[in-house]
Amino acid sequence: MAGVLILPLLAAATLALLAAVTSWRPVTAWSGVVTSGAVLVSGLALVAHRGPVPELAGGLLRADALSAYLLTVVGAVGLTATWAGLPSARTGTATRAERRYAAMVSVFLGAMSVAVLTDNLGLLWVAIEATTIATAFLVGHRGTRRALEAAWKYVMLGSVGVAIALLGVVLLYAASRSAGDATLSWVVLTSGRLPLDPGLVRVAGALAVLGLATKAGLVPMHAWLPDAHSQAPAPVSALMSGVLLAVAFYGILRVQVVVDAVVGPGLMRGLLLTAGLGSLLVSAALVWRQRDYKRLLAWSSVEHMGLMAVGAAVGGPLALAAVLLHVLGHGLAKATAFVTAGRILEVEGTSRIDEVRGLLARRPLLAGLLVTAAAVLLGMPPFALFFSEVGLVVAGWRGGLGWAMGVVLVALLVVFAGVARAVLAMVSGPAAGPDPGDTAAGSAGRGPVAPLVLALAVTAVAGFLSASVGEAIARAVAVVTG
Amino acid sequence: MTTLDSLATQALALSTGALLVTAALLVWRRSLAASARVLAVQGASLALLVGAIALEEREVELGVVALVVLALKGVVIPAVVARGVRVSGVQREDAPRLNPTAGLVAATGLTTLAYLVSEPISAAIAGRGVVASGPGAFAVPAGLTLVLVGLLLVVTRRRALSQLVGFLVLDNGIAAVAFLTAAGVPFVVELGVSLDVLLVALILAVLSGRLHAVIGAVTVDELDELRD
Repeated sequence: MAGVLILPLLAAATLALLAAVTSWRPVTAWSGVVTSGAVLVSGLALVAHRGPVPELAGGLLRADALSAYLLTVVGAVGLTATWAGLPSARTGTATRAERRYAAMVSVFLGAMSVAVLTDNLGLLWVAIEATTIATAFLVGHRGTRRALEAAWKYVMLGSVGVAIALLGVVLLYAASRSAGDATLSWVVLTSGRLPLDPGLVRVAGALAVLGLATKAGLVPMHAWLPDAHSQAPAPVSALMSGVLLAVAFYGILRVQVVVDAVVGPGLMRGLLLTAGLGSLLVSAALVWRQRDYKRLLAWSSVEHMGLMAVGAAVGGPLALAAVLLHVLGHGLAKATAFVTAGRILEVEGTSRIDEVRGLLARRPLLAGLLVTAAAVLLGMPPFALFFSEVGLVVAGWRGGLGWAMGVVLVALLVVFAGVARAVLAMVSGPAAGPDPGDTAAGSAGRGPVAPLVLALAVTAVAGFLSASVGEAIARAVAVVTG
Repeated sequence: MTTLDSLATQALALSTGALLVTAALLVWRRSLAASARVLAVQGASLALLVGAIALEEREVELGVVALVVLALKGVVIPAVVARGVRVSGVQREDAPRLNPTAGLVAATGLTTLAYLVSEPISAAIAGRGVVASGPGAFAVPAGLTLVLVGLLLVVTRRRALSQLVGFLVLDNGIAAVAFLTAAGVPFVVELGVSLDVLLVALILAVLSGRLHAVIGAVTVDELDELRD
């Protein structure tokens, strides 16, 4: 299994190099798809794997069921985003910007794979910071004033926030050193063998979670998110919103286990509940004010990260299973939504909600994809997010957090109304507009549809597949709950 | 107690003092070129601190790390900042939110705060950390002071490059805390962190250059096209 563990990293490194040095366009166009494919294959193999937990490089890389599940999500969402985001020009000679873009996408996917595959919390931090570096140029790819503004805010706020997490990791290391065994290994830190100092772990855990919350887009550390996610090219927004947030959230989950084992669940529960409910309420308020549909999708990501944080605060098998199902469903649906939004932008030439009308009559395919993706994101049955949201609220109610679940339900309702209003306004209306856009460039708004349909289909059935998805999630949850 | 140990103790005290002095200088100076030079001195002080700990712990590997820190934080990263200053042509932080006096008062307050909040950290590692006693004991708060002053710079400065300086001070502070409380993080992680910081510094320097090219000499405050 060791080979499977190293496959995503090898694939990402090789394809990034290839894309950077060759100017043959098929390579740059397909490199992201191949990397995502390798990540997905490796993830599925690790999910199917039974027996001892695979390790490599002295335990530096280690794939327990939780890592395997997250790696699969990275691969699946990556494949959706890169395949659907294939450039229309796939032959000829690639420009320098295209080469850099392709290489950075592979580096980005590789960094996320390292983040979920490593057992070392220090390396987890390095990988998460590496995602900032890889995506910095992707966000600023278009080079416009707005794209550069978004990239600057993203790198500055992201790096400062994540640096705070590094301080937390450093203090955790100091605690383990004082306890007699200097280590950052998650397995050792959670084994209960080390007499870690509670005071130091409390400070370290709070700092680490605060820092990682920046990358996870949780209020009040979310300020960069709507800008970066709305200004990046569509496939990059899809990757950032769909999985990068979830990978940072995964880091929080790992830290939570370490801290809970030493000082009890109270501290992390308080932090995560505050951040989660805050994210839900702020996004509920701001969804109604959005005039730009890409920003609307970005705020919806803040809302969903808030839900996941509330789920982690509730804890226990049911809530965590709901959170993990939510990660998969949200990743696939948000990737689809962002890619579709990118195509609508190409066709309509505007990202303002009030300037897009009658989409269903003029572009039935795009309208159908947008409405379905929105339905998934809003938690309509039979899609996965319906089950995860119900599971989360039930778990919270049973766990004595009824008041918080009340707040969650109100926020969900407000977001539902806000998003539904905007999406329905865009798709409804007569076909005849001032500019039907049909005469616009032939390839505008077109691209592979299969990956998007596939992603939505997976979110439709994932809630019912207890034999495969359910079992993978149950095993992943067992890693955290012990 | 050998001569080596007393040498290490003196080097530790000297470097800690230098870290605090450079932090205060950065709060007070407005010239960006001067900031880059002060940053180089701060990086060298940090390398001296690592060297002192390596001497005290008798660890060769940590000695190598000290050389890496000297090269990276003492030479390369300050050079990146200095180059950014030359390319962009922005010489001064001409519109900070705090005047120099207020900045120094704030820095003093933050230093006091750092001494207060580092109490539990010092207590937890007492007797087992590398700063068990002597002049080294007051070094952990110095590291935290750097972290807080870095945040202060990021928040109060309005030029892109001065914010980058703030981020680098913050990072130097975290590195100082890491070396003082745990003799540094594992070598692989140290390498990864150093590479990340270097790349972030490069990216921010390039981005500030591009911002300058696209929108002229504006302050970061004026980046307000994107909002809700």
